[in-house]
Amino acid sequence: MTTIAIEQPPTAGAISNAKLGVWLFLASEIMLFATLFTSYIVLRLGSTSWPWGWDALNVPLATLNTVILITSSITIVMAYAKAYDKDKPGFQSWMSLTILLSLGFLVVKAFEYSHEFKLGIGPHTSVFYAIYFTMTGLHVIHVLGGILVNAGLLYMSSRSKHWEHPLFLGRVEGAGLYWHFVDIVWIFLFPSLYLL
Amino acid sequence: MSHDHSGSSSPSFREKYVFSLDHKVIGLQYLITSFIFLLVGFGLMMLMRWQLAFPGSPIPFFGRLFSAELAPNGVMSGEFYNALGAMHGTIMVFLGVVPLAVGAYGNYLLPLQIGAPDMAFPRMNMMSYWLYLPGGVLMLLSFLMPGGAAQSGWTSYPPLSIINPGQTVWLLSMVILITSSLLGSINFLVTTINMRAPGMSLWRMPVFCWAQLVTAVLLLLAFPPLEAASILQLMDRVFHTSFYMPKDLVLLGQTYSGSGGGQPLLWQHLFWFLAHPEVYVLVLPPMGIVSEIIANNTRKPLHGYKTMVYSMIAIGVMSFMVWAHHMFISGMSPALSNFFLVTTMIISVPSVALMTCLVFSLKGGSIRFNVPMLFALAFIPLFAIGGLTGLPLGLTVTDIYLHDTYYVIGHFHFVVVSGSIIALMGGTYYWFPKWYGRKMNDRLGLIHFWGSVACMVGIFSPMLIMGLAGTSRRLYDPTAQLHNLSTQGLNVVSTYFAYGLALFQLPFIYNFFNSMFRGEKTPENPWQATTLEWACPSPPPHGNFPSTPTVHRGPYEYSTPGRVCDFWPQSEPPSEDL
Amino acid sequence: MDNYGWAMPVAASSFAKSIDLGIWIIHAAMLAIFVLWGIFFVYLLVKYRARPGVLAQREEAHSRSSELTSLIPDLAVVAFEIGLIVFYALPVWSKVKMSVPDVANPLQLEIVAEQFGWSVHYPGPDGALGPRKAELVHFSNPIGLDHNDPASHDDVVMGNELRLPLGRTAVMKLYSKDVIHSLFIPEFRLKQDAVPGLEIPVWVEPTRLGKYEITCAQLCGFAHGLMRGDVFVQTQEDFDAWYQSRLATTPAPDKPTNPSEDF
Repeated sequence: MTTIAIEQPPTAGAISNAKLGVWLFLASEIMLFATLFTSYIVLRLGSTSWPWGWDALNVPLATLNTVILITSSITIVMAYAKAYDKDKPGFQSWMSLTILLSLGFLVVKAFEYSHEFKLGIGPHTSVFYAIYFTMTGLHVIHVLGGILVNAGLLYMSSRSKHWEHPLFLGRVEGAGLYWHFVDIVWIFLFPSLYLL
Repeated sequence: MSHDHSGSSSPSFREKYVFSLDHKVIGLQYLITSFIFLLVGFGLMMLMRWQLAFPGSPIPFFGRLFSAELAPNGVMSGEFYNALGAMHGTIMVFLGVVPLAVGAYGNYLLPLQIGAPDMAFPRMNMMSYWLYLPGGVLMLLSFLMPGGAAQSGWTSYPPLSIINPGQTVWLLSMVILITSSLLGSINFLVTTINMRAPGMSLWRMPVFCWAQLVTAVLLLLAFPPLEAASILQLMDRVFHTSFYMPKDLVLLGQTYSGSGGGQPLLWQHLFWFLAHPEVYVLVLPPMGIVSEIIANNTRKPLHGYKTMVYSMIAIGVMSFMVWAHHMFISGMSPALSNFFLVTTMIISVPSVALMTCLVFSLKGGSIRFNVPMLFALAFIPLFAIGGLTGLPLGLTVTDIYLHDTYYVIGHFHFVVVSGSIIALMGGTYYWFPKWYGRKMNDRLGLIHFWGSVACMVGIFSPMLIMGLAGTSRRLYDPTAQLHNLSTQGLNVVSTYFAYGLALFQLPFIYNFFNSMFRGEKTPENPWQATTLEWACPSPPPHGNFPSTPTVHRGPYEYSTPGRVCDFWPQSEPPSEDL
Repeated sequence: MDNYGWAMPVAASSFAKSIDLGIWIIHAAMLAIFVLWGIFFVYLLVKYRARPGVLAQREEAHSRSSELTSLIPDLAVVAFEIGLIVFYALPVWSKVKMSVPDVANPLQLEIVAEQFGWSVHYPGPDGALGPRKAELVHFSNPIGLDHNDPASHDDVVMGNELRLPLGRTAVMKLYSKDVIHSLFIPEFRLKQDAVPGLEIPVWVEPTRLGKYEITCAQLCGFAHGLMRGDVFVQTQEDFDAWYQSRLATTPAPDKPTNPSEDF
């Protein structure tokens, strides 16, 4: 397949194509999650009964997950810093740590879900659980996507054709931006679902 | 600009025509595919029109092709009618007009008009198409689902859409199509913001590019809410959640087993939050096309270029604030309706401004009446009828009577069919020489034009009358309601004009394919146009311009005083001698 | 009854005239706008058609007036719309949809929509509507009326038939059992979606005797096109007589009846 690498033309602003592309993608993702948050508010305000989050869900586990994700946002920034300095082992360590933490998030989530399923609780149980499973489920899918991207970058860093590529740093930065977004969504999800 | 071609020097058929990364090939893929989907959607409607004109009579020819469920003894059933209706709307909007206006015209022309070698992300561009086609095919395959295709309207209101067949495939299809669209809008925005040629400031872009820019913003921000809403509806159908299902439902004699506690109106808000900007997506690129054709064929700059651009931007912004004018009668708070009444009246202001500019652009011109120009000119009064009939619908009080009647159907078909589609067809005649280096035949074009316009008016004008007489929409047998009997004759009129419209597309189809190979060859710039897409070979090679053009002037330098030549292309160098 | 033709059906309610007025005014304006612009449009096409030796005339560069003339039609449209909103839409909408008239003795009833019919539930002489429960719904009791409650013992439930006395305000609460339907009575210019889970009031004051039609105006399933009912507007005396006859003949106030052929 022929490939075309499009150079930055003179009218390019300060933002590269890829970075601008990631920001626009995040804008659409913000709209996606904002819609779910809005639906949550509408459904909750319109309901006759709604459980307290801390009664219905496992707050300690979710707090752990919050810590995990925030930490992973820090580690991915460190990975970017190492890539900026062309420090390959440094980049690979920090990126591996990010991926491990993300997997940890998924493991905790799996614990939570399986506990709920064992009790016969599912999305069909009530509107509260419907919104809980849907929003956290969609978030999990986004975490998975992030893991795939980060793992991909980790693998690419082992091949010099990619590590040396002028666009590689931009790709790491883009992945970092996406990962911060995933983290921010969780930071809103956690109190909305678990603490209110 | 530089290209880095890896692999063999001469691309295979697969690389060149199937999995191409070139925006022009992708644009033409979108063109042909969307035209085919338009024909399919039209075909579905032609079946419906038989039932509407002659309810209860067996469908000629095709009647026996359908199973006993769909059409017992060749007579269309209520389920089948509803499935055809829902699929007609879905196919026309999501598989037909938008991919044509944005995926075909936008993809092909945007990089050319801004002087770029291709889109910012060619691989993502290819992915957009290869999500669109399978998504569309999946949508069509829903006809094979048990119980039939989706049959709750293209609007898919729950609870009906939760219990009706075919809807799950519709929802999955929409998720794929929305993904395709989102990738496309990111591409368009980055390309327009970052890849304009030197000298191509935003205010020197053709109006068509502005239209695509605003459209891309609308698609980027408005589709995700529908995606979220569709996810919720999928959850309701597949996992028996109750996002949209209230308590105490009694469906088909049984109390509903779900938890209840949901709200049907939530879907309507989320759906229309997308679907209103979506109708501007249907309209803005065609308006852009009309603008280009009019500027070129009046041999003078468009009137009020800046006004037109600001109006398009204003429409884009306001389009996010009017959605619930589709919901005045829905049971939502009537006080909220007043808010949307005001915003809806506000959005009519920039729309009027746009039309005014187009009409005033004719003043002082030297108007050429070639085939593309006929289409562009017809757009103006026909779209105006569509726009004007929107007024009594957008006003809360008069909408009480007209909501969900044939008046609505007449209104939006005037806008989209005799508006958008007429413009899109005109664009084909206009840009065909660029795509294929040959002209389409004029005589066939005239037959296609006059026949299509006459038939379109013939199909949709009766609907306005029927709506005023109180005929509701989505009725598979209009004669079952007493108050519709007096206007039933109008249904027959619409049906015959619809079949006429189908016949008049034959010269167009033949003309298109025949001219590809045997049309009269044209030079690079047969219309003597100023915009950049005409400053490269026809068809443009890979990379478009032999070298990056530099832009020296605005997009419509026609009849510049003091110059002998009545057009001054954007990239032609400035010169002292005239 | 020959209420129908190509024009809007006969106006049979107190607010129908207001709605019709709006429709007429807007259409008159639309016609005027279209004709005037159309004449101008054709004039421009003829006057400025390409002719040999005649060049196009550009407008003056950077002329404010050329940018602003585009806005003059807008000013007219804006003025018209503001007038329409302030003097027409807001007051009429408020009267028809945002409140129920404060009259002495309105006729209160419930209309329950379902796939594919309308149940009309009248209170008895006690003036109280019997309570309804979803669990009690049965084909012989489509609205799930609770017979154990004394309030329901004198209730009357009609199927696809709405009878109203002339000149008396009727307040009808709309419900739906299953999917969204829409109560549309063209002659009354009355339309309101019936949404499951919601209770939505509509009101009407019939001003003309006659037989009218209920149609469903929101896609509700495969037989949406067949979902209809009859409306009979009678004098108060005839209405009372009918009501008494229904009370007498209906043993269990839950049998849906067929629409009367006679009026």
